[in-house]
Amino acid sequence: MARRVLLIEDEPNIIEAISFILSRDGWTVHTHSDGATALDRVRAHPPDLVILDAMLPGLSGFDILGELRADAGLGDLPVMMLTARGQDRDRALAMRLGATHFMTKPFSNAEILDRVRALARA
Amino acid sequence: MLSFNGLVAISATYVAFLFAVAFAADRRAARGHDGWLRSPWIYTLSLSIYCTAWTFYGAVGYAARSGLEYLTIYLGPSLVMLGWWWLLRKLVRIGRAQRITSIADLVSSRFGKSTSLGVIVTLLAVVGVTPYIALQLQSISQSFAVFGAAGGARWHGLDAGSVALWSAAGLALFTILFGTRNLDANERHHGIVMAVAVEAVVKLGALVAVGVFVVWGLGGGPAGMLARIDASPIAAWEQSGGRWVAYTALSAAALLCLPRMFQVLVVENADESHLATASWAFPLYLLVMSLFVVPIAVMGLELLPGTNPDMFVLTLPLSQGREGLAVWAFLGGFSSATSMVLVATIALATMVSNHIVVPLWLRARSGGAMMSGDVRSVVLTARRLSIVAVLGLGYLYFRLSGGGAALASIGLVAFVGVVQVLPAMIGGLFWRGATRGGAAAGLLAGFGLWLWTMFLPSVGDGALLSAQVMADGPWGLDWLRPRALFGAATLDPVLHAAIWSLGINTALFVAVSLLSFPGPVERLQGAQFVNVFDHSDNPGSWMRGAAEAEDLLVMAQRILGPAEAQQVFARAAGAQGKAGWLPDVTPGFIQELERELAGSVGAATAHAMLGQMTQGASVSVEDLIAVADEAAQIMEYSTRLEQKSAELERTAGALREANAKLTALSVQKDAFLSQISHELRTPMTSIRAFSEILQAGGLNPQEQTRFAGIIGEEAGRLTRLLDELLDLAVLESGQGRLDVRAVRLDEMIDRALAAALPEGGSMKVLRRRAEEAVALETDADRLTQVFINLITNARKYCDAPAPELRIEVRDAGRAVDFIDNGSGIAPEQSRVIFEKFSRLGDPGKAGGAGLGLAICREIMSRLGGAISYLPGQGGAAFRVALPATAPSLSNA
Repeated sequence: MARRVLLIEDEPNIIEAISFILSRDGWTVHTHSDGATALDRVRAHPPDLVILDAMLPGLSGFDILGELRADAGLGDLPVMMLTARGQDRDRALAMRLGATHFMTKPFSNAEILDRVRALARA
Repeated sequence: MLSFNGLVAISATYVAFLFAVAFAADRRAARGHDGWLRSPWIYTLSLSIYCTAWTFYGAVGYAARSGLEYLTIYLGPSLVMLGWWWLLRKLVRIGRAQRITSIADLVSSRFGKSTSLGVIVTLLAVVGVTPYIALQLQSISQSFAVFGAAGGARWHGLDAGSVALWSAAGLALFTILFGTRNLDANERHHGIVMAVAVEAVVKLGALVAVGVFVVWGLGGGPAGMLARIDASPIAAWEQSGGRWVAYTALSAAALLCLPRMFQVLVVENADESHLATASWAFPLYLLVMSLFVVPIAVMGLELLPGTNPDMFVLTLPLSQGREGLAVWAFLGGFSSATSMVLVATIALATMVSNHIVVPLWLRARSGGAMMSGDVRSVVLTARRLSIVAVLGLGYLYFRLSGGGAALASIGLVAFVGVVQVLPAMIGGLFWRGATRGGAAAGLLAGFGLWLWTMFLPSVGDGALLSAQVMADGPWGLDWLRPRALFGAATLDPVLHAAIWSLGINTALFVAVSLLSFPGPVERLQGAQFVNVFDHSDNPGSWMRGAAEAEDLLVMAQRILGPAEAQQVFARAAGAQGKAGWLPDVTPGFIQELERELAGSVGAATAHAMLGQMTQGASVSVEDLIAVADEAAQIMEYSTRLEQKSAELERTAGALREANAKLTALSVQKDAFLSQISHELRTPMTSIRAFSEILQAGGLNPQEQTRFAGIIGEEAGRLTRLLDELLDLAVLESGQGRLDVRAVRLDEMIDRALAAALPEGGSMKVLRRRAEEAVALETDADRLTQVFINLITNARKYCDAPAPELRIEVRDAGRAVDFIDNGSGIAPEQSRVIFEKFSRLGDPGKAGGAGLGLAICREIMSRLGGAISYLPGQGGAAFRVALPATAPSLSNA
């Protein structure tokens, strides 16, 4: 059974790039680009892994992460956060909120693939 | 034998004569013919009110009881007049320089114009002198009674009380008539002084006549008289040295402190040089007065044993059938009594009205009484009421005490009472360190001790203090016995009271003065009093005139500062129509100046300073300047402190502001950097991802083309972002030259539309070219860039199915509106759209960094115009207000 990844991201070109990389590796990639409705999407079809962008329209990635970790059923869902701002403050905030991994854009394709594989195995 | 009515008629005639004398004197003075009224002889004779009925009748009684001790009553004043004329001269000089109205005023004025000290001294004087006035009324009624006893049955129905009452009423009328004509104490009571002088002659003549009659008519000449004196018990009297010294000192002090003596000595003094004459003439007068006291006493004891020796002066002639001489003696006693009552009442009434009634009245009116006419009538009324009250009190005391006590003892009680003022007075004249607190402490202590040890015990037997208190002290406290304070039981009662009250008075005065500091007015007054001769060599030189205005300016400069003082003076001079800096010293100007000064040093000080400078009172500029300097120094110091603290506050405020600005800047910088980071990293993420995908290979041609296209698109996005950032940086830093030329608005809109809307786009543009035909002077490229940004935004964000953009020129070319038919921008968002990176909606669709409107705002601000969001236009609407500086906006 193909493993499912939910990519929550609002930049169309980045969505296309990540979807292409992961699909070629055998993942089923679902995408969602609105922060406000992202949580409903996760709850409706919980994926094996969430890739979450920090800056989203509607609700920020940090807020979504907080809500996820507060939800009993989704508490141990692996979440990899992506940010383009790349400051230490953001990284600390993400880890404190319970992100499983934190990655700064731009990333290398190999790196994101390795991380997704590692997180899904755990 | 003389009838009662006859005696009354003689008295009435005498009084009418005195009225005439007083009236004539007042008339002469009013016409300016006061030359001889101001002679030293009149002054000397007026001093004779020292010799009251107590001395006229009482000295003989005193001699009959205590031998030569009566001489102390004359000795003390003589010593003062002869030996202490320098003290008297200082007192008189101060009285004239400071316009002193009474002894209470002197003490109050010396200690900083203290109201409370004035009240204390006034109360002391009233309590001390009222019995003395009663004593005079008693002597008048007693002398009537003596004639009554001699006249037998025809005198029945004589009531001592009614004689005293009528005397008091008549004296009140006389005093009011001649004593309250002038308000200003420095204008002298010529009528009263003249009447007193006449009475002085009458009483001296009477006593001498009786004495001559006794020595030559009864005693057989001087030789025979001396033999009788040797044989009488008076010669055998043992004299106590302590009492001699004490009584002499007391009477000496009383000459200075008795309110009526102060009145004639200082207040009524017309010329300082009169003191020189009085210093020998008055002791001579006293000598003559005392010359026949002993012979009369000796003869009285010999011829009329067992009768009241106080009345020998009357009873001796009467007993010898010398009715004419007796009437003269009666008039002499009458003169002594009335002259004392007249002057004492004026002095007391002045004090009561000036220090108690008027201050109370002013306080009750609280500030509404600054009109001089207003106060004047109040003061005169107060003085008249005070006269009636003082005489009423005297009469009341006479009725209550029953007239029993020996005349002399009441006199001594009064002496010790008024002498309590001496420490404060002398200290104030010679010691600049004397303070108000010291004076008040000393006076109150002395006053209280005198009341306890002397006054209360003197009022009848057990009338006010029970015999038990006298014997055992209050509440059985032995050491508080009135006649044996702290166990000093062996002293003579008068000595006991005088030593304790004056001793503790003086000690407290000195101690409290040393421990306290005088206020500024006190200090000024202290200098005025102590150094009166240094300052007032030329009394009356402070005339109104230019010199005074200049001195006022000097003083005002010290307090207000030169610039402001000169401004005040120049303004006042201008208002008077004068050029220059010095206005005429008018009441209006002084009021204005006082208000100015009051703002700096307080109303009381300002009033005192100006009052002294402008009323012609002798005050040296140096004194005022000294005080002004102190005030100015204190003010300067506090101003400097204020400046410093204000400076510190400003600095702290600036630092806080800078800190807030830096914090805000830092927050802005962080936000900006993280925003830049985001805007740069996002396209780079796509570029890197797809370039790696391309490198990895294994793609079909369509994918290769598509991914390469994305890389190119994102690279373009990066370039645009960098361009915009640089643009904005240049605009914000104010660098970059504006290329201002004459351009046409319609041409710029044409260029913008061409650049922003691709050929064949869906957006429809609505224009009115006729209105756009406006000539401007501005930087065409920059303004066109603003238009391009706005049109691009409309193209990107207008969400209408059939997008439209209206371009409307407003206000004859002063503004251009860009209005689309989309859903517009929400009010809360419209506030932030001009901020950097404030991008609305879907970022992918916009494809910009959110810097467009921020750049527009910067450009319009550089061009001197503005850009704003217009709400309520049915879509997104922006108004570009064109540069107001555009010189010509005519239709082209």
